Amino acid sequence: MKKLLDATYKSQLWKSVFRHGYPDTPRNRTLAVLSNVFLHLHPVKVRRSGIQLSYTWCMGGLTFFLFLIETITGLLLMFYYRPTAELAYQDIMALREHVPIGIMRELHRWSAHMMVITVWLHMYRVFLTGSYKPPREFNWNVGVILLVITLLLSFTGYLLPWDQLAVWAITVGTNMARATPFLGHEGPGAALISFGGLDFVHAGDDVRFGLLAGRFVGEGALLRFYVLHCVGFPLVAATLMAVHFWRVRKDGGISGPL
Amino acid sequence: MGDQLKHAVNWLTEPTRYFLGFGLAIVLVLYFRKFFAKSIVIIAFFVLGGAFLAFAWKDPNFAKIIGKPDNVPIVILLATVVFFSWLSLRKSVINDERIARGDPTLEGDFNRQKVFTWPDLVYTEFICLILFTAALVIWSIVLEAPLEEPAATARTPNPSKAPWYFLGLQELLVYFDPWIAGVLLPSFIIVGLCAIPYVDTNPKGNGYYTFNERKFAISFFWVGFVLFWVSFVILGTFLRGPNWSFFGPFEYWDLHKLEPMVSVDLSTYFWVNLLGQPRPDNILLREAPGFAFLGGFFLLLPPLLAKTVCRSMFQQIGMVRYQIMMHMLLWFGLIPLKMLLRWTVGLKYIVGIPEWFFNI
Repeated sequence: MKKLLDATYKSQLWKSVFRHGYPDTPRNRTLAVLSNVFLHLHPVKVRRSGIQLSYTWCMGGLTFFLFLIETITGLLLMFYYRPTAELAYQDIMALREHVPIGIMRELHRWSAHMMVITVWLHMYRVFLTGSYKPPREFNWNVGVILLVITLLLSFTGYLLPWDQLAVWAITVGTNMARATPFLGHEGPGAALISFGGLDFVHAGDDVRFGLLAGRFVGEGALLRFYVLHCVGFPLVAATLMAVHFWRVRKDGGISGPL
Repeated sequence: MGDQLKHAVNWLTEPTRYFLGFGLAIVLVLYFRKFFAKSIVIIAFFVLGGAFLAFAWKDPNFAKIIGKPDNVPIVILLATVVFFSWLSLRKSVINDERIARGDPTLEGDFNRQKVFTWPDLVYTEFICLILFTAALVIWSIVLEAPLEEPAATARTPNPSKAPWYFLGLQELLVYFDPWIAGVLLPSFIIVGLCAIPYVDTNPKGNGYYTFNERKFAISFFWVGFVLFWVSFVILGTFLRGPNWSFFGPFEYWDLHKLEPMVSVDLSTYFWVNLLGQPRPDNILLREAPGFAFLGGFFLLLPPLLAKTVCRSMFQQIGMVRYQIMMHMLLWFGLIPLKMLLRWTVGLKYIVGIPEWFFNI
């Protein structure tokens, strides 16, 4: 057995994948992180407090993990879902009725709820440990934007089942945009933007119309939310996450002065 | 006994009492933090909370609202926020005692030493990930993701609620017009959060839990996050029913429950009630008292506070930071102010110009 393992570790195949030896030495532990593109999101060494759950709560890591779950389950759901007003609800029904022990939609939905909670708790921990203090001011800002993106991801996904809950929740949410100062047709200042008695900002061209591609939550809004949910926001989130994690390393770990 | 408890809970969760009680609880917990940081407190909270849940579950109205699959996360939110608030408080209390003695903090000294990421950190992450996955899979098997009737734009459900994480903002619609509750305040929350690291110049408390070294910052965040965000989400989810009326957790969501609400603008109070004359036709003159009030609130209060209560803070962080922080705080201060004015004197708008959609 030992011989076989030794032979494996020395084989060209093994070595082509893992560029470091197997024995437990500081050198190999370092290389394990440095020579792996995923693991090297971490620094080689971290403070002992950084691996204590009671200190870190692991909420940032879980948020990222939930993002991965959302990506995988979301991808699978996309195979069975067509974002049109006639088909969307039917497809969700079909997913429910025809798939035995199907839990992809459940996983996707509950993970989405949890992701909102974990991202809030992550921010709470970062604040309480003063981890936004120099030199991490910039990364705190990236985090704030990621928090907003998380909420937007969840918000755009909320519409996709196309049931009563979805449509009316989005109606309530986007109704706020009507009242945007200057840009919404029921917002203060919008009436000022007129020319010769002609209103420039009205229900057919204000910021809410742009958001929904219509005067109410309809087919246009569904497609818009679908594209943003599946492509737009995930791309932005992934890009900013790369910046966020990289900056954690560059700013000297998760917290504390340099 | 059971009915009395239910009545008591219904009575306690009425929005005014709920909000003030929640706020008072935060003040008490922070002030008596040495007591509340004890393990027995959190154990008692979860035992009593569990017992209450077991008792309340038998009530059909309670089970209907709390047991909705989509409301499970709100219960998790409440439990985790309470637990982690307690945990951070406990560590802060321990650290503050250590700092007072001159000892290193929990995170200092030994725990500042570095260890290898592989395998120490990677394994921890891996175990977290496995446990979390298992929990999510079990949750997904037990509870089916809800699906309501197909979308119908002609039938408005009552109540129509935004997604749960925005219910705090929806709750603010009771007190403010959409352009403030739905546009301005959310924008200020984002901008305010971004400004935090640049406004807070206190170098202490970086990388360890502490309360004494960051009294203002920590209290501010507890109030902002726990009271104004989390408690409002809970209020909006569990206690707001049809027509956005208030319902206690043991109350039936009656569509016809009407809450008489007489609310009057500040301009009416000033011109009609105080001066005994009709409101002037000129809009700006009519709303002058409101503008004067807001002007005083936003323009006079910051310098006044800088000279008095916030003197040392003003000297420490300087003019620009002070102004940014004060204006953010005043906007959030407007929330409890407006709530109190609504509850006590039934004030509708401080400045009310419906002609221009400009109501504050």
